Amino acid sequence: MTTVAVKPSVPVGGRVSKKKTSPGGGIGRYLLIRFLLIFPTIFILVSMVFWLMRTTGDPITAALGGKLPPEQLAERIQAAGYDRPIIVQYFEYLGQVFTGNFGTTISTNRPVSEVLLTYGSATAELVFYALIVAFVIGIPLGMVAAYWRDKAPDAFLRVFAILCYATPVFFAGLLLKLVFAVWLNVLPVAGRSTTGSELQLQLLPNPTGIYTIDALRTGDPAVLGDVLAHAVLPGVALGLLTAGVFLRLVRTNVIGTLGTDYVDAARSRGVNEFRLVSKHAYRPALIPIITVIGLQIALLLGGAVLTETTFEWQGLGFMLIEFIKARDFVAVQGIVALLAVIVALSNFIVDIIAALIDPRVRY
Amino acid sequence: MTDVVRIDNLNVTFATDGGAVKAVDGVSLRVAPGEVLAIVGESGSGKTVTAKTILGLLPETAIARGAVILSSKDGSNSNDVLAVSKQKLRQLRGTDVSMVFQEPSTALNPVFTVGWQIAEGIRSHGEFTRKQARAKAIEILGRVGIPDPESRVDYYPHQFSGGQKQRVVIAMALVLDPGLIVADEPTTALDVTVQAEILDLLRRCRDEFGTAIVLITHNMGVVADLADRVVVMYEGKIVEEALAQELFSNPQHDYTKRLLGSVPHVGHGTTRASARLAAREPDWVDQAPVVVADHLEIQYPGRLGKPGFTAVDGVSFVIRSGEVLGLVGESGSGKTTIGRAMGGLTRVTGGSLTVHGHEMNGFKERAFKKVRSDIGFVFQDPASSFNPLLTIAECVAEPLVVHGRAANPRAARKRVNELLEAVQLPRTFGDRYPHELSGGQRQRASLARALALEPSLLIADEPTSALDVSVQAKVLELFAEIQAEFGFAALFISHDLAVVDILADRIAVLYKGKLVEEGTGAEVLGAPKDPYTQRLLASLPVPDPAAQALRRGELLLLRAAG
Amino acid sequence: MTTLTTEATNVPKAPLWTRLPVVHQLRQSIGLQRGMLVVGLIITGVFILTAIFAPLLAPYGYSQLRGDNGLFGAQQAPSGEHLLGTTVGGYDVLSRVIWGSQTAITVMVVAVLLSIFAGVALGLVSGYFGGWLDRVLVVICDAVYAFPALLLAIVMGIVISGGRSDLFGGILAAAISITVVFIPQYFRVIRAETVRIKAEAYVESARVLGASNGRIMFRHVLRNATRTLPLIFTLNASEALLTLAGLGFIGFGIEPSSAAEWGYDLNKSLSDVSSGIWWTSLFPGLAIVLVVLGITLVGESLNDLADPRLRSRRAPGKTAVAPITPAEIRDPAGRIDPSGIYGSLSTPRVRSDGLESTS
Repeated sequence: MTTVAVKPSVPVGGRVSKKKTSPGGGIGRYLLIRFLLIFPTIFILVSMVFWLMRTTGDPITAALGGKLPPEQLAERIQAAGYDRPIIVQYFEYLGQVFTGNFGTTISTNRPVSEVLLTYGSATAELVFYALIVAFVIGIPLGMVAAYWRDKAPDAFLRVFAILCYATPVFFAGLLLKLVFAVWLNVLPVAGRSTTGSELQLQLLPNPTGIYTIDALRTGDPAVLGDVLAHAVLPGVALGLLTAGVFLRLVRTNVIGTLGTDYVDAARSRGVNEFRLVSKHAYRPALIPIITVIGLQIALLLGGAVLTETTFEWQGLGFMLIEFIKARDFVAVQGIVALLAVIVALSNFIVDIIAALIDPRVRY
Repeated sequence: MTDVVRIDNLNVTFATDGGAVKAVDGVSLRVAPGEVLAIVGESGSGKTVTAKTILGLLPETAIARGAVILSSKDGSNSNDVLAVSKQKLRQLRGTDVSMVFQEPSTALNPVFTVGWQIAEGIRSHGEFTRKQARAKAIEILGRVGIPDPESRVDYYPHQFSGGQKQRVVIAMALVLDPGLIVADEPTTALDVTVQAEILDLLRRCRDEFGTAIVLITHNMGVVADLADRVVVMYEGKIVEEALAQELFSNPQHDYTKRLLGSVPHVGHGTTRASARLAAREPDWVDQAPVVVADHLEIQYPGRLGKPGFTAVDGVSFVIRSGEVLGLVGESGSGKTTIGRAMGGLTRVTGGSLTVHGHEMNGFKERAFKKVRSDIGFVFQDPASSFNPLLTIAECVAEPLVVHGRAANPRAARKRVNELLEAVQLPRTFGDRYPHELSGGQRQRASLARALALEPSLLIADEPTSALDVSVQAKVLELFAEIQAEFGFAALFISHDLAVVDILADRIAVLYKGKLVEEGTGAEVLGAPKDPYTQRLLASLPVPDPAAQALRRGELLLLRAAG
Repeated sequence: MTTLTTEATNVPKAPLWTRLPVVHQLRQSIGLQRGMLVVGLIITGVFILTAIFAPLLAPYGYSQLRGDNGLFGAQQAPSGEHLLGTTVGGYDVLSRVIWGSQTAITVMVVAVLLSIFAGVALGLVSGYFGGWLDRVLVVICDAVYAFPALLLAIVMGIVISGGRSDLFGGILAAAISITVVFIPQYFRVIRAETVRIKAEAYVESARVLGASNGRIMFRHVLRNATRTLPLIFTLNASEALLTLAGLGFIGFGIEPSSAAEWGYDLNKSLSDVSSGIWWTSLFPGLAIVLVVLGITLVGESLNDLADPRLRSRRAPGKTAVAPITPAEIRDPAGRIDPSGIYGSLSTPRVRSDGLESTS
């Protein structure tokens, strides 16, 4: 998912700018505003999901409609409180979300929060690997493209970036599977680990759910190797998509800063080209780059759903699809609500980082 | 002694959207060590391109031919900038030649401290430890006049004022002791009073550091203040070269004469103003004034707990019908705010401002709309004063259509043609788009639009500040003629005393939102009472080197006193 | 009255056809940027033609299971009869790919049409009037578009058709979810442009005149604010397709009896991959990649060409010297502040796909 935004044109003040004596409180106020904005964001998204889902009727009918006789159905509905006025249910739901209580799944009859925790760690692991791939590939290549602007390497990299964006995550995953898992047979086809390793991991006291960490804790290199091998293809598939975005992002912003007067001024003092790109142009470009990276979390989450389906990676995305097939809307709502919270929080964190980097906000 | 730089038959061609453009055409010049050479010209003359070529800073769309021989400060090494390898060129930059840029706020990287940026330049040319580089940075900051350099070295650029930023830029240029500094319009973006200080600093560079300076500028006053020798460029060629005093007292080439003739002098307008005053009817003073400001106050609201900013603080003045009031001030003085308030673009928060008898404090748009047809406004920036998607005729007809004098632009065309002729633009220009007109032409069209409804009040906000000197002179002359012919009252806002002097009957000087002086041109410019006005006047460089030298002395005294 | 020389620039007006939008850019560009634009246009052109002439081009129908020689048979490798093989369900791959282009183009058109008008109108009004309305809208839009479009599409899919869909339902689900996410995008960009243009001298001039708000908004602001639209437009179209395919892949796709859809085919081919059957997944996937590639190439090169900073120019010496237009305006001082963090509540950001929108 891509988002569009524009740089504002704030003209630099007057002919003689007054000396800035704004206190450090500037950053505090800014962050406070951003923090307060988290709540409306979550509120809006969660409400949207609630109202949309409820237009299909109450969750119990949707899930068990054809399977139970009407009396039992009505009983269940009443027990769960779905026969009360919808507004009441809505506010109760909001309250629950903010206290972390997401209800109980209909299909498996477990607390939704438990589902979130168990499968959330799997998704977190996948997203983590994808981000590593994206950072390692996207950012340096973006700088290279900016350095070789309009020449052959740049052309090649730009097309590569567009291809990364144009290739749906699942297709990339399919291709990777085909090549590496089936034809070359060097990597596993699906899943997070072999059953053997999985058993070992579950035997650990207090498993974190993050297989890499757990594998390290077992101290068994075979298990670790197995887990990592399973993570390669999904991580690369999801990571490439984001890498393409990072590449173009870095490229555009660094080219933008390369054209500024202060880089020209540094050039006039004899700073060499490479340092101009990697330091003088790069750091000011980071500010808009970082803010956009925050928005990428949303892209990653959407992509995670698809990647998990492709590789049978039992994370939130995978479970989301399963729950949807089972018409378990309580669980679906819970997962989507959690994702909304994650999106809002990551935007906030990113705003903090950007504000910290930009000295104009600090002083 | 070897020249610090020698340019032989330089030709530079650019690739633009319109095809290849020859920016520099067969230019040859030399600069001796410790000499200040000024390259003067208007936009498109090629002066900036020539200067940038000395550093090899041309963009890739440019092709340069000829020779630019750069020598090191002690005269031992000489290199042809155009022929040398990229490696060598990088070494030359900063050590043999460095540059001072026009706009200090964009010449400094906002995310690094100034100390770091200075140190970057140092460490690109030799093995220096961080400590050594930092020490050098502190030293150079002190020498260019930044107070408290030990702590300021860790400041970010936005923590400095405009003038201080320019000092920092000059410090960066000086730190490796180059033989030559190329200064590209170093004071154009600065206020007049700050400009005088920076010029002093540059003079010190020459005297104390022994650095030669190539000074690019279009401001003849600056040239008279600083330059030893002058080169005049026009359309890529050199048309005249002479010692500074020679050039001003005895210009040879027609273009130079025209250029010098276009420069506004303080004192030019005095006779004209008194003549106009004499020509007015006896009871003119008693007629109802067009604009009355009484303790006018305009405050911008603060944001979320921050205090508001008072742009205009208790200003009182009067504009009578047919009178031109010149409003002068530096940035932050509030002059533009007053103009905008008169046009109904900014709200008045205190005091009173009456325009055509209509009170602006607490005004209601509906009532004011009638008055709007009696006000014309000319804006500063010719680049954005017209909707790029409409033709000039459509733009000029807008007032007529909005106020119902014509049904649509086509119906108004006759009147538009009349207006265009009044501002001396051919009728066919009405069919052109704004980007097809030059800056001066656009400002004239802007004037035509402002006059469309025959207003009795015209507000002009720095209408000529963005124009070249010769173009400015023509537009100002046109303005004066039209004002005499149509007889409207006018508020003419400018930062340039000399420009205001040409047109204004009365002059008001603003400083930080307050009115510090008001009177006729003769009074304000001839015998200013307020110390700020005196300093402002003394800082304004005049295009006459000998006179300017005297004025410098006076300015020093003023600064010491006040 | 002194006669001022009319520094007339006698630039003859170029013929109309060269000033048309895409043609103008095509002639202006050189080298790599032109290459990108040309390739993008060709691919997009092929796509559109395929969609229009699908009935003529495809050897079989999209849900055709048998031909003259009886049942096609499932998972047949590419052969003379089935150039790209058959799917696990027994359909002809080539036909499904060709027919799929119709579905693709339909969803793109619907998605764009639904979002563009609302987004532009909201952005214009919000940016022009500012105030509380503006702030509220900005917060809402920020929240909505930060959310993964696919998830929203899934929810929409459930709501609209309970999961399994016919052609209409499937397309509508994808299109509406894209709309919900893209209206904020148009809103953002148009709003930022409106805010910028509001401060330009010609708008202020109209305000001083006393022109009505409506007149100013439409005559002056809107026409200048829509400069960056073509770009978002292509983004919008690509996203629509990717989301539709995503939906199909998850299992919310359009039934083959209603239409051909590439994502659905990919979903069905998932199990094929483990057995080494490649033709059922490669071709639909390639189709998606190519279409998005083509559209994005067009969008990106148009963006590059619109920004004079990014535009490459012919090196001098290759064309005849054109008359020099006198430039009497000195460079305006003051530069664009890249941070703008202290600006409005919503931090304007560079587009997440890396393309910098010109402002």
